[in-house]
Parts: sequence; C-alpha cells; structure tokens
Amino acid sequence: MYDFTYHKAGSLEQAGKLFKNARDGAFLAGGQTLIATMKLRLASPSDVVDIGGIGDLQGISVAGGAVSIGAGVTHAEVAASKDVRGAIAALADLAGEIGDPHVRHRGTLGGSIANNDPAADYPAACLGLGATIETSAGSHGADDFFVDLFETALDEGEIITRVKFPVPKRAGYAKFPNPASRFALVGVFVAETTGDGARVAVTGAGPGVFRVREMEAALDKDFSPAALSGISVSADNLNSDLHADADYRAHLIGVMAQRAVAAAG
Amino acid sequence: MTDTGIGARVVRKEDQRFITGAGNYTDDINLPGQTYAYFLRSPHAHAKLGGIDTKRAEAAPGVLGVFTGADLARDGIGGLICGWMIHSKDGSPMNAGPHPALAQEKVRHVGDHVACVVAETAAQARDAAELIDVDYQELPACVNAADAKSDGAALVHDEIAGNTVYEWEIGDADLTDAAFRDAAHVTRLSIVNNRLIPNAIEPRAAIGCYDAAAGAYTLYTTSQNPHVARLVLSAFIGIAPEHKLRVIAPDVGGGFGSKIFIYAEETVCVWASRHIGRPVKWTGERSESFLADAHGRDHVTQAELALDKAGRITGLRVRTIANMGAYLSTFSSSVPTYLYATLLSGQYNIPAIHASVDAVYTHTAPVDAYRGAGRPEACYVVERLVEAAARELKLDPAELRRRNFITEFPHQTPVIMAYDTGDYGASLDKALELADYAGFAKRKAASEKAGKLRGIGFANYIEACGIAPSAAVGSLGAGVGLWESAEVRVNPTGNIEVLTGSHSHGQGHETTFAQLVSDRFGLPIDQIEIVHGDTDKVQFGMGTYGSRSGPVGMSAIARALDKIEAKAKKIAAHALEASQDDIEIRDGTLSVAGTDKSMAFGEVSLAAYVAHNLPEGMEPGLKETSFYDPANFTFPAGCHICEVEIDPETGVSEIVSWVAVDDFGTIINPNIVEGQVHGGIGQGVGQAMLEACHYDPQSGQLVTGSYMDYCMPRAADLPSYKLAFTTTVCPSNPVGMKGCGEAGAIAAPAAFMNAMTDALGTEDVPMPATPQAVWRTLQGAAPAAAAQ
Repeated sequence: MYDFTYHKAGSLEQAGKLFKNARDGAFLAGGQTLIATMKLRLASPSDVVDIGGIGDLQGISVAGGAVSIGAGVTHAEVAASKDVRGAIAALADLAGEIGDPHVRHRGTLGGSIANNDPAADYPAACLGLGATIETSAGSHGADDFFVDLFETALDEGEIITRVKFPVPKRAGYAKFPNPASRFALVGVFVAETTGDGARVAVTGAGPGVFRVREMEAALDKDFSPAALSGISVSADNLNSDLHADADYRAHLIGVMAQRAVAAAG
Repeated sequence: MTDTGIGARVVRKEDQRFITGAGNYTDDINLPGQTYAYFLRSPHAHAKLGGIDTKRAEAAPGVLGVFTGADLARDGIGGLICGWMIHSKDGSPMNAGPHPALAQEKVRHVGDHVACVVAETAAQARDAAELIDVDYQELPACVNAADAKSDGAALVHDEIAGNTVYEWEIGDADLTDAAFRDAAHVTRLSIVNNRLIPNAIEPRAAIGCYDAAAGAYTLYTTSQNPHVARLVLSAFIGIAPEHKLRVIAPDVGGGFGSKIFIYAEETVCVWASRHIGRPVKWTGERSESFLADAHGRDHVTQAELALDKAGRITGLRVRTIANMGAYLSTFSSSVPTYLYATLLSGQYNIPAIHASVDAVYTHTAPVDAYRGAGRPEACYVVERLVEAAARELKLDPAELRRRNFITEFPHQTPVIMAYDTGDYGASLDKALELADYAGFAKRKAASEKAGKLRGIGFANYIEACGIAPSAAVGSLGAGVGLWESAEVRVNPTGNIEVLTGSHSHGQGHETTFAQLVSDRFGLPIDQIEIVHGDTDKVQFGMGTYGSRSGPVGMSAIARALDKIEAKAKKIAAHALEASQDDIEIRDGTLSVAGTDKSMAFGEVSLAAYVAHNLPEGMEPGLKETSFYDPANFTFPAGCHICEVEIDPETGVSEIVSWVAVDDFGTIINPNIVEGQVHGGIGQGVGQAMLEACHYDPQSGQLVTGSYMDYCMPRAADLPSYKLAFTTTVCPSNPVGMKGCGEAGAIAAPAAFMNAMTDALGTEDVPMPATPQAVWRTLQGAAPAAAAQ
C-alpha cells in the first residue's frame, strides 16, 4: 500500500468537499474492494474519504411499496433484516450469499453497486427489481445506472445515499458461484413486479449486469420455470475465463433463471 | 499402560497455544535492530537480464542495502542444489542447470528472484524495489511439459538440449513388451496429473542474524528439516561452517512438503545479515507463495495395463513426462522416479512392469514434493487403470482387484519395493461393508429418478513411507541418509526431555511422541517435553516428510528408551538388591517382581545423578541417544470408496459418501491419525475436484496467482467421512508403525475420479473435474483440457 491521507467525513456535504479538494480522491465505505486493491498497489489514491460513519447512509425501512436501504448498510444487516425478508426475501437471500462473513460484515450496498464489479450480486437485484438509486446529486433508475465494466452513471464525487427497491409480487435469485472466489459466475435475479411485468437480470456472465428480454416476455405470459425452457441466451459477448467459457455461462443463465423462478415460488 | 499411552485418544498438548494465538511462528519473532527484506521478482517467464541498476533504490528512504546475483557471486555464495542424483537410462547424470539464489544473466519463471532490498521497514523496502531498473530482454517461454522437448521449444537452460533433466526408466522393458504381446485384454489411458500450489496456511518466512562477536549466524526459518537446511547452507551454498550456523524452525504452520526445500529467500536473508550488520527479516506474502513456493505434481502420462483371460494383470507399461519447472528444487528429481515409479505395482501381483520418465525443464516455478510426492501420481495411474479395466471387462471393480491382490508377504515387486506385510482383502471387505456397496444400485436408481448421476469409485492405494534405509536410498542417488535421531534426557527429578530430529508443523508430535514415553514408563504426559527444531539444541536429524516421523522418528525414540529402561533397571536392581531381570516398570514405579520392594521412577533418576550408589563401573546420569536407520520402507495401504452425485444441468458434483479403511500398523493416537486422514482426503479432493495451477501457455504468466482463481477446498466441499482401520503391524521397526500423513492425499484423487468417471460413463474427464469440465464432458464435446 502506498501512503495516502485518510479523512473521516461526518456528513455528505463534508465528504463532498473533502473529495473535491483531493488530488486523486477515493470514497471508502466498507473497503472490501478498495483496501484489497490498494494493498496490491493497483490503486493509489492520494486521499481516502471514509463515508462509513455518515448517519444518512444508514437504516432500512419499508414504506410505500418499497424497501429503502441506506447505502452504508452492510450485506450482513440486509441478510438479517426481518423487514427486508418480509418484503423481498430474495434480496435478503442474495445479501446472505455475498462473499464470506468478513465481506458481509464490512461490505456495503452502496459500495457494491458504485464499484459495479461485473460479478457482483447486488447489481442483479437492483436491475431485476427496477430499483432507484438515490444519490447526493439526485437519483438514477437501475436501467440507466449500470453502464459498463466498473462504470456507472455516477458523476465524479457523487455519493449513493439509498437504494429503493419496489416490492414485487414475487422474486427469486439463483447464483452459480465461481468455485474459487465465490463471486457470481452467473447470477440471475427474476421478479414479477407490480407495474413493470417480469424482469430478468443477469450478473457475472457479461461485462456488466444485463436484462434478458426474451425471458421476461415468456414470464409475462407464464411466470413458471417451464416457461423458460427452450429459451437460449447467445454466448456472444459473454465472459470467458478459466472457470467458465462463454458457452457454459450461456447455458448456466438458462439453468439459473429457471431456478430463480422456482425459488420465487 | 496409562490413559496417555499408545493407542489413547490424548487431546493434543500443543493445541492450547495454537488456538489461543500463543504459537511462536517465524513472523512472531522480532529481534532487536531487525531490518526487512523485499524480493524483486521477475514479471517475465523468460528474459535475459541486460543490467540491473540499483542506484535509485539505494538512495531511497530507509534503504540499507540492495543486493543482486552479482553480490552473491562476489562472496562465493553457491547456488541452490538438488540433493538426489538421478541417472538417465544411458547412464549419464541428470542435467542440473545453475540455480542462483538471485538471478544471474537470465530469469526463468515469473516470480524468479531478481534482487533483494533491505530497509528499515518492510514498506520502505518494497517502495525502493520499484526504483530498481531492470533491463529485461524478453524471450519466448516454454510452459507446458508436453511441449518441452519439441523442436523449437525455448530452452530454459541454454546448455541443456531439449530441456531434458533426465530420461529415466525402471523395470524390465522386454518382459513387459512380451506381457502385452500375449495379453487377452489391454486397457489404455492418457492421464494428466494436474499441477498444484501447496498453500500452507503460514507463508514462508525467514530471519537471518549475524553475531559478529561469535562470528556465527542464526537463521529462523519455516522449515520441516532445520538440520538439512543447515547442512545445505553450509556445505553447498557456503554461508558458514555448520558450527557457525544455527538454524531454528520454531512453530511452523503447515508444510505439506513445500517447507522441506532450501529456498532463495532464507539463503539471502542469512547471508545479507552480515553485510547489513543487523538481523534481516522476510515474511512472504500469499502472492509470493503462489509464485515461488515449489509446486507439486504436473505429470503427463500414457499408461497401459495388460490382462489375461482370467482377469489377472500380466503387465503394466507407463510413460510419464514430469514437469520440473525452471530449476531443480532440493529433492525434486526423486519425486517422479523413486517416489513414483517404484509404487506402480500398487496392491497387485504384476509380473512385468516398465516405466519411463522424462523429466523436463519449463519456464515455471520449480516443482518438488507435495503431500504424497510421487505416490499420489502412481496411485492415480494404477487405480484409474484397474477401474477402467474392470469396466471394459464388465467385471466388478472390487472383484478384479481381489483377483489381483498380493496375498503373500514379503512380496518383491518388479520395481524395487519389497512389501513386508499387509492384508488388502481385509481393507477392501471392511470398506465395502461401510460403503454399503451392495446397496449402490438402489441408490443410483434413486438418484436417476431425481435427475442426478451417481457414481462410485475405489482407490486401493499403497505407499512407501519413511523413505529409508540409508544405504538403499544412497544406492538410488540420495545425497543424504534417511535415518532419524533421538536423545532422551531424564532429569534428576524424573521428568523427561526428548530431543528429536523430526520436526512438527501440524502433526502433533508433542503429543504422540510423549505418549510413546508415557507408555514405556507409565509417567504422566505432562512430565514429558518434546524438543525439536533447533540445531543448537537437538543433535543432527533428518526432519519430517514422507510420513516418516512415526515409523522412523519414533523408532529412534523407542531405541533410546530401550537404553534408558535398561540403565534404570540396573540402577534400581542395584539399589533394591535384586536381579535386573526381575525389575518391572509400571505406573512410574520400578519394582522387584513378586515383592513389595520398589522405587519411584524419579528416585531412580535421582540415584543416577547423585551417583552415591551406582553399580560398579556405571557412569552417572540418565541420558541416551539413538540414531535409528530403518531396515525397510514401510507400506501403509488401504481402500477408499467415494460416492458422488452429479447435477447434469450444471456439472456440479457432490461427494455423498466417503469411506476410508486404512492400515497404518500400530496407531499411537487415533484422534491424530483420523485428523491426518481427514486432512489428506481434503487435499486429495482439492486436487481432484477444484485445484489447478494454470500458467498462460504463451506468456508463462501465472493465471491462478490468488484465491480469486486458485480454488482451495472448503469444508462444504467435503463430506463426513466414515473411517476404519485394519491393522497389520509393521515388522521392520520397533514401534510397528507405517505412517499416516499422506495416505488420504494419495488415495483421494483416484477414488474421486473413479466415482466421477463411473457416474459420467466415460474415462475422458480431466482432473480437476470442475463443474465446467463435467458439463463439457456431458455435452459429448471434447473436454476442455483441465489446467494444461
């Protein structure tokens, strides 16, 4: 790790100022990506602005047909939240499957989606549920938020504050973990929403989270695993690595989508 | 016999300190004035070193010294050695390329050591290393063993043609050819034994310390064999004479073979401490372990089994290419030869065997012994072949094995080994019972109904442990003898220190060795201390590897205890005015048989030291030494049966049952032996299901350089095991032990892969059988090569 200046922000406003004044700043939430990257000397921010202590980023509430989760809420808190489980069990299950206990107790919702790792779990839930990402500068719909590999609609210095997940009629998440890292090799989140029909979001398989419209159309007609049989996803543009080439990932999308629908009940 | 004697389930004495964080590992040791080393490593698999400019690094904050290969050469420091000479079949000695501790002229694998920076802090050393300008002139790399001899392959050592380390053979080629000519059936398999990265929980570490007043060095290091490290660092590398070099291997957090070897980092730290004038410490990071710990396995093999009409094995022919990496590590040459091909007879009566082994250099990290070392590779070849033959002949695999078991002992195989004892049928019978083999068809049908594929696989393994006797291994090229030493010191008050040449790095010697003593004299176990791992305290010893600490290390202790017992009896007999033949030892008391005359053990030891009333001519004291050289290898054997269930939709496999029935001879502590079996199976399953070291075939970059890509087994990957023991006591050593540390890792890959191939209905499944590989197999497509 290279030397850097550490700042602890007490408020969003202060965090913004500290970041703006930094030569090459980085926000630190749970640090589950940033710290590891810095230790490997692959990232060398001049200033680290710790937003972990900002109260506005905390808390879980369910109101108005949506689950609102603060960006600073850890995966373990989401997994253990009775409110989340009662409203969207699939979201609590997803959080409980992220990484390992250390990651789940440090890593945060906001940190995960701001990083937009193509194999992260939360982007699938955001996109699959049609969540709204609220920030220090306004808000983004999930469909516009996840731009590309490690790239989001966030502007420089913009901080995610909360994510609002509309409560669906039903939802399910099925993840095929990378055997080594336990990131999603393929993760599929499906939801039957109240206003937007069926949504199917896939993480781990491509350069970023994406929807499968053909599956959504089939589920709109019949929200059952059987409705998806026969729908194949093209391997073009999917990731290929040691653990899964594009063909295998394409195949797993079909299997995991069916299992996610089955899990949705 | 006390409740802490032989066979008792004594709770490990050492665990209190380990689980409360009170262990004393090399990195826990901090010496006054200590400095920190950082090793600059090659980012290229193969490059010529145009020049190394260290000026900017030397001027960096906190830097005390920057060293390169030229500095070592200037001091006459020799290269790292390989201590086992193998001769090729044409009689020529193996081609050992130079192995400098810091690269000279060339780098030969990613992670090769280029320079060492010593600074006041570890961060300063690392920062300064980034300021070293190295002129790498990149060259093409040769990565895969199968390509190493081909025309145009890049040469790892310019002077060694065809990247050939040796072309070795064993057995009778003509007799074997004849067996194949006359065979009623031949089974053939192409087998890749995947390359592994050891991953001990404690990364390697070292502290070198030079004492100018004494003109002597101390090296703290993560070693399985500190005396051998001292010998090599003295006699071959030239750090200092043995009496001026102390090597201490304190608590060591796992070795699995990877800490047998003498590495560049410890060599440079101890040497540099004299130049710096202060202690020099290095603690490896996990990424460095991946790059530069000696790897394991990596064989490519063609194997054929000949059988007659009655299903009796008549011949075995094996051709193996073994990847040795860029340099010959300390014992690397012995692994694919005498530790591998000598076990190719398995548990079977095979009249003709021939094996040829071509060892080759590649631009990858050195490969050396890793848990099992050659024997897992042999078991994998034999047991895959036998299982495949049974399927081809439509015979029950248990029955084919039974037909071919060796049943008379001693048995001379065609490949050197003379098995002393065993009962392979007994292990098989017990395993079949525990696995409910008879009920398998029903379970398979139930799985099918649920859309799953079920398979069952056997591994009837054998191994040779102790790796001794000295004269025998000497005749096979070993540079050292493989005996072990022990000194038993009975203190005046009757407590006992045992100084052993074995080294414990997880095996629990502090418990089991103490049980041996407790058993002998009926003394409480907390009255017995096991001392190991310090060349200044302990007499020369050979260390721990090859499951040798029980059969060889404890045999040495047993021999020293014989001498203690004899002397104690003489002293007691003299004091009690009886014949020494009438003295009995029980519950810590020496008594005259049939009388009420007795002395406590502590009274006898006190008598030995006050020496007021000793037999005529007896020297005072009660301390004895033994150097035990075994009469033969030992031959643990057993039967593992694995049952798997595969989800054909995803390719995910689950181990649903694992039975292990092992014959380890005498068992000192069943808890510890079961732990060894559990861990061994875990490592074997890791190899078979999950772990694959993968280098990019063109660039030679290590693709699996972290846990993000290198998949270690987790608890959830493993089942609850059903274990049992069938015992034939080892006749060649005084404790009757055979060794148990490697058995699980030897049997498991074959058992698992045989279950997988059974479930999938084809032999064409690569190891590790990852979900992707399994799915590909099920697609009927050519399976993606596992790691190679």
